[in-house]
Amino acid sequence: MSDVPPEIRSILATDCGSTTTKAVLIEREADGYRLKVRGEAPTTVEAPFEDVTRGVLNAVREVEELCGRKLLDGERIVTPQAGDTGVDLYLSTSSAGGGLQMMVSGLVKQMTGESAQRAALGAGAIVMDVIALNDGRRPHEKIRRLRQLRPDMILLSGGTDGGEVRRVAEMAELLAAADPKARLGAGYELPVVYAGNRDAAEVVSGTLGGRVALTVTDNLRPTLERENLGPARDAIHDLFMEHVMAHAPGYRKLMTWTPVPIMPTPGAVGLIIEKVAKRDRLAVVGVDIGGATTDVFSVFGVPGTEETVFNRTVSANLGMSYSISNVMTEAGIGNILRWVPFAVDESELRNRIKNKMIRPTTIPQTLEDLVVEQAICREALRLSFDQHRALAVGLKGRQQARDISDAMDQSASGESLVNLMSLGLLVGSGGVLSHAPRRAQAMLMMIDAFLPEGVTSLAVDSIFMTPQLGVLSTVHEEAATQVFERDCLIHLGACVAPAGNGRAGQACMTVEIAPGDGPASSHRVAYGDFTLVPVPAGGRVRLRVSPERGFDAGAGRGRPVDAEVPAGVVGVVLDARGRRPFALPSGPRERIAKLREWNRSMDLYPREV
Amino acid sequence: MSHSYTPGLRVSARARVRRERRLPLRGEVLVAEGATVGPDTVVARTELPGNVQTVNLAGRLGVDPAKALGTLQMPLGSSVKAGDIVAKASGLFGLVTNTVEAPADGTLESVSSVTGQLLLREPPIPVEVDAYLAGRVAEVLPEEGVVVEAEGAFLQGIFGVGGETFGELELAVSGPGETLRTADLDGRHRGKIVVGGAWTSHETLEWARECGVAAVVVGGFDDADLRRLLGRDLGVAITGSEDLGITLVITEGFGRLSMADRTWRLLEANRGRLASASGATQIRAGVLRPEILVPGEPGTTGADAEAGDGGLETGSRVRVIRAPHFGRLGRVVELPADLRALETEARVRVLVVEFDEGGERAVVPRANVERLAE
Repeated sequence: MSDVPPEIRSILATDCGSTTTKAVLIEREADGYRLKVRGEAPTTVEAPFEDVTRGVLNAVREVEELCGRKLLDGERIVTPQAGDTGVDLYLSTSSAGGGLQMMVSGLVKQMTGESAQRAALGAGAIVMDVIALNDGRRPHEKIRRLRQLRPDMILLSGGTDGGEVRRVAEMAELLAAADPKARLGAGYELPVVYAGNRDAAEVVSGTLGGRVALTVTDNLRPTLERENLGPARDAIHDLFMEHVMAHAPGYRKLMTWTPVPIMPTPGAVGLIIEKVAKRDRLAVVGVDIGGATTDVFSVFGVPGTEETVFNRTVSANLGMSYSISNVMTEAGIGNILRWVPFAVDESELRNRIKNKMIRPTTIPQTLEDLVVEQAICREALRLSFDQHRALAVGLKGRQQARDISDAMDQSASGESLVNLMSLGLLVGSGGVLSHAPRRAQAMLMMIDAFLPEGVTSLAVDSIFMTPQLGVLSTVHEEAATQVFERDCLIHLGACVAPAGNGRAGQACMTVEIAPGDGPASSHRVAYGDFTLVPVPAGGRVRLRVSPERGFDAGAGRGRPVDAEVPAGVVGVVLDARGRRPFALPSGPRERIAKLREWNRSMDLYPREV
Repeated sequence: MSHSYTPGLRVSARARVRRERRLPLRGEVLVAEGATVGPDTVVARTELPGNVQTVNLAGRLGVDPAKALGTLQMPLGSSVKAGDIVAKASGLFGLVTNTVEAPADGTLESVSSVTGQLLLREPPIPVEVDAYLAGRVAEVLPEEGVVVEAEGAFLQGIFGVGGETFGELELAVSGPGETLRTADLDGRHRGKIVVGGAWTSHETLEWARECGVAAVVVGGFDDADLRRLLGRDLGVAITGSEDLGITLVITEGFGRLSMADRTWRLLEANRGRLASASGATQIRAGVLRPEILVPGEPGTTGADAEAGDGGLETGSRVRVIRAPHFGRLGRVVELPADLRALETEARVRVLVVEFDEGGERAVVPRANVERLAE
């Protein structure tokens, strides 16, 4: 870090994705840091290039052409900036080559196993499997699995400090018997992080020392009541650099170009989400839907405490190109078609989806094709969010002192921390959301998939630059925050959706909308209605939501809620379609009529589909 | 994105192909460098360590883990049969003797003094690797395997299922736009790699399997039929290890798609030759495509070309790979430089294509065509 110059006028940041390397140039102007241009080029980790720096140089060349400034001297990024040439800081994130693939283990799957999984996911890894003593598999099956999967790294946890050593030793013995090999090249030892019972560290070192590259760090679950994921996450980041990245093609060279460690892409996105949540004191959910994977990040408060918890999950096989066929498999074709307001031949749709999988960069040309792709996106988001909710839970196994109010709202350990009613901001990124031809399309896709409750702001990452800003925030928080707010985040507006169910046409809520510089308006909303109220973009909007008896907008049934949200480019959506459960009409004619009605109210497409 | 992605599938009349044939673990290489091998020649052999079974000696015998080793009735490294008594200890003031039997045949590997667990390793599993293609051993990887090299025609498909196989190459239809039907196949196709045209059905593929056909190569196949073939929906495109009794190589995509002329001509020119084929596909980082290799003197002459290489120019032969003109062939007549709005309102780079059939013209996003080699 000492090589980061004290004064930074310009920053070049790249993100090496599995298919595309994206570069952004940020410069300091009179009013602060701004994004200047963005360039991209295909990633070159695979044959015939097998050198990630080729793609980085190509992306930087595109940036050079677009900004008309010289940044490269041959095949070297010029640092620091001299006159009009070069930049003061270069940094990078990476998910190329399949990202960081890990296996984690704990003693009890639902306790230390789950904590270990959260630590690995939080560090930006894809968790290939969770091995636990009680996972139902016999020892030889676990050993076979450990050998088969060839992870990049293993996180071994288990036991609370001062607890029994024997069971942890058993896990270490299992690992030693498997003698697993690393994915990239046989020429180096597999990195293993031990973050379990500290009393067992010596036994674990004795069993595994010499067989793997072992790092011992603080217990990630020192007591049943406390999770301490930071040290394990940091150890994973360090090992990702030292071992995994150093063996990926070209990374050794790339690492010498930047004074800041290369971060796994999702780890960097997580940093930004966490910072936004902390700064604005909001519960935040972020989602990045890519071609192969979908990442979900969340920051929610722990009920009854001042604590907030950050969680990240990755749905490794839910995405819009490479993984599109798996969305169909997991969601079922019926769930995709329920969002499509016209009849589709199932056999033809199947072929279309498979053809997108084998030719992942094609784009919808017809409006009907766009509608189908956006229907698939809704399901990919919904499934990823379901997986996230299942993992973002309170600590299982902890003893809770429960009072009568706890008993009333049924909060118990092991319950999901994701509370849609308290969600303040939902941020989406990834091609299908960031590049949707109308911003209203991105907004409705997110509302339909996440079904936010109460008052929730929605935003998209305009050009998917959060990873670069995440790594930048580790060395220059001011620049990262300024660019994030001004050039990266596009506020779409807010969704007002009371929880509760009723009869169609029954009075549901009254919403008063007061934009900063526009006339205030009042809207009576009946159950089943779905309306968009455009507001002047920029500034903030004050809302007063008065739900009818039986409906809850966040303060309890029938109680009014006041909120102030950023005005967005789309507006305020008044969504009284019902929650818990939200259901589409079951008959095809009624369903299509409803979908068309909602599309019209959002002015979603240039013509009716 | 301004550039268009094409899978860059190779269709080459004359290629030198090297295939690494590696054991999963160290073992014995059975052929020497320079040796001539056939596709079924076993080139290396090894034994995989058997599965490990754990037995909780301390718990079962009621002894301290540190003393578990002392309860063994034979030294570590001994071979045992399932049911043999491997450990014994007296309990209840010496009145009762508890014993532990081996849960399987194997070798006693270790006993942990911390957990009191015995590791018993089951007998090794033999593994052999064959040469897969007819050629020459170009390199021996000591104790690991060999690299087999062959020269000949080489074609990559876009998607496949089923593992490696080999057989005589045979054309069962008369042209690249034909459908491969049940009536086209009989017992004479046993053990052969059969080339169909634009499409075949699940029923025909089932019949091909009954006839003992080694592999079927077609332009297109329906996903609904793939589901019936595999017995499940294929979510993640990682194939090659399914046990189907037949290998399927799709050269163009899903649906009914005329096989590219060049692919068809190359397969036709190599009719009757011994070929190797694999359906293994991985569409992800480390892309793996299904393939057909025909070792030997090339059956056609002419420049080696690869489908999809080079950029798009006016006059380039292209195929549209997405609706609404999916599968249609034509020629690029215009490449506008500026971004154009599609019906979806997305502004993208486009081209104007003139279709072979009917000669009409259409505007298509550049990302939605692939260039065809001529």
